[in-house]
Amino acid sequence: MAATKARTSSFSRNFSAAPSSVTAGLKNGPNGTVFVSSGIPDLDKILGGGFPLGSLVMVMEDTDAPHHMLLLRNFMSQGLVHNQPLLYASPAKDPRSFLGTLPSPSTSKDDKARDHDVEKLSDKGLRIAWQYKKYFGEQQMSDHNRDVKLEYCNDFDLRKPLDRHFLNGQRIKCISLQDCSNMSTLLDCCSTFLSQRQESNITCAGRIAIQSFCSPQCDFSDLDWDMLSFIRSLKSIIRASNAVAIISFPASLLSSSYSKRWQHLADTLLSVRAIQDEDKELAKLLTGYQDMIGLLSVHKVARFNTQVPVILDATTFSMKLQKRRLLVLECLNQAPVDGSSGSSYGTTGSCFGSSMAGSLDF
Amino acid sequence: MERTSNLLDEALAETTKNRVVLIEDCVETSGAFVLHHLMKRFLSPQSSTCLLIFVAFANPFSHYDRILRKLGCNLAMQKDNKRLLFFDMLMPQCTDEVVRKTGQAGLRALYHKIHKAVEMASLSESNRDIIIMIDDISVMEIAANGSSDDVLDFLHYCHTLTTQFGCLFVVLAHEDIYSVADRATLLLQMEYFADVLVKAEPLPTGLATDVHGQLTVLNKSNCYGLGNSRNKVHNFHFRLKESSAEYFYPGRLT
Repeated sequence: MAATKARTSSFSRNFSAAPSSVTAGLKNGPNGTVFVSSGIPDLDKILGGGFPLGSLVMVMEDTDAPHHMLLLRNFMSQGLVHNQPLLYASPAKDPRSFLGTLPSPSTSKDDKARDHDVEKLSDKGLRIAWQYKKYFGEQQMSDHNRDVKLEYCNDFDLRKPLDRHFLNGQRIKCISLQDCSNMSTLLDCCSTFLSQRQESNITCAGRIAIQSFCSPQCDFSDLDWDMLSFIRSLKSIIRASNAVAIISFPASLLSSSYSKRWQHLADTLLSVRAIQDEDKELAKLLTGYQDMIGLLSVHKVARFNTQVPVILDATTFSMKLQKRRLLVLECLNQAPVDGSSGSSYGTTGSCFGSSMAGSLDF
Repeated sequence: MERTSNLLDEALAETTKNRVVLIEDCVETSGAFVLHHLMKRFLSPQSSTCLLIFVAFANPFSHYDRILRKLGCNLAMQKDNKRLLFFDMLMPQCTDEVVRKTGQAGLRALYHKIHKAVEMASLSESNRDIIIMIDDISVMEIAANGSSDDVLDFLHYCHTLTTQFGCLFVVLAHEDIYSVADRATLLLQMEYFADVLVKAEPLPTGLATDVHGQLTVLNKSNCYGLGNSRNKVHNFHFRLKESSAEYFYPGRLT
């Protein structure tokens, strides 16, 4: 039976050892799901393998910062590298120009440099305990990368534009949301995009990326119910086909009850947040604060064919640019509070004093 | 029932006939597992005369089929045995004219189908247990183009079925959508005519790997009897697994 075959193991990594049966860019997951990569190796790892085919991913934007674009870019680039058809919709006048900003997979030289970096770190030997987990995770991940580098998930160099040959001669479709006066035209575009794929008998996955869906530039931004029913219809056609849709939306522009409705419709729900430059409090609390460009939170992980929720070790991760090129996600590491912790040993009697409580505010 | 009973079964003990069960959940903690639990309970061999009418807005049949198979219940077989009537409102190819009509007409058509099925079932065999389940009211509202009045009408009609034919009516709604004051009508009305209220929430301390959330079960039917009031509210934690779920009182995890 199909169910028993797919359930040989709940560890998705076992499957990467035998990629021959699967098309490039796809990976078998638990419960009969198939994953496609998000384009960010760390995010794939966090989500347990990537985005399952047939899922609707929603990203809540930070209105002040374009961090959601990083996710979209990597997602789209990864699809193009795998030769997967892409549908991109954005509120910009000329959405095709956005394709010029897509990052290119980093060359093997860069990868080596990165691996080397990690090895160097692991050679150092003695390590402070609270940092240990961080390095452990990274090391594991680079092993993981080496296995599946070509097949499944690439590192993307954000400073190098994607080669033109990926953009030409491909099934890329771009739509400006400003041209869509109502939701049904957009829905038609999506369904023809998906049905074309099925007709031409392409086995690989399709990707749909919709950027800033309810932004005020769109004509329909005040039609709350129309947008909801679009998302519902999109969800149903996505479920029936080999595709993943990612929608980013400025949640703060929606009223809270509508925003909750959107969040309930999402299979996987992420949010990005910028961090202020001058937040002294936070800078004191978190290590590596200077390198962070933002925070990514995972609110919901898609759970198809199972009732067991995915419980992550952490739900908030810091987004960093490694060597200004590679987007990496790291667990937040709380810095040991310097000075005050030392003094608390000295004054054991008053260790529950108000000064301690203030500085260790978890 | 001779099955080993758990806390959820105990809390829902008297909910067999003539009752409305409302399940509330939120983005952080899904309450769908209560539906799975009840589906399994009503389709189990012990209660062989049950007819389950399931209206699926949130997930397709394949999703439920896989989950219930892991719980030890074969939905496809139950469908063949005419013990399960499944309305897949999500997947376009499975749904016939019901979904293509949107708004009021769609809901009306859906209600007529349910009504007909209930009538047929109660005619063919008197005293047959009939359960109507709707897995997501908020998506139903979207299907009705945002007209909560139509949805409320629909729910009222289904409610009348529970008294007329002695059905059990189980409904899931997302509580956090309705937390804003002026949007609350639908949920308040449902809470009013629900006999049993099941609320799934995350732990106030956040997510944990061994406790997936807490359930609060308010059984209103118990409140009327004298001396029974201490059974009114059940509160316990749960942990979900593929093949079962564990329910335990806070701090009693073994």
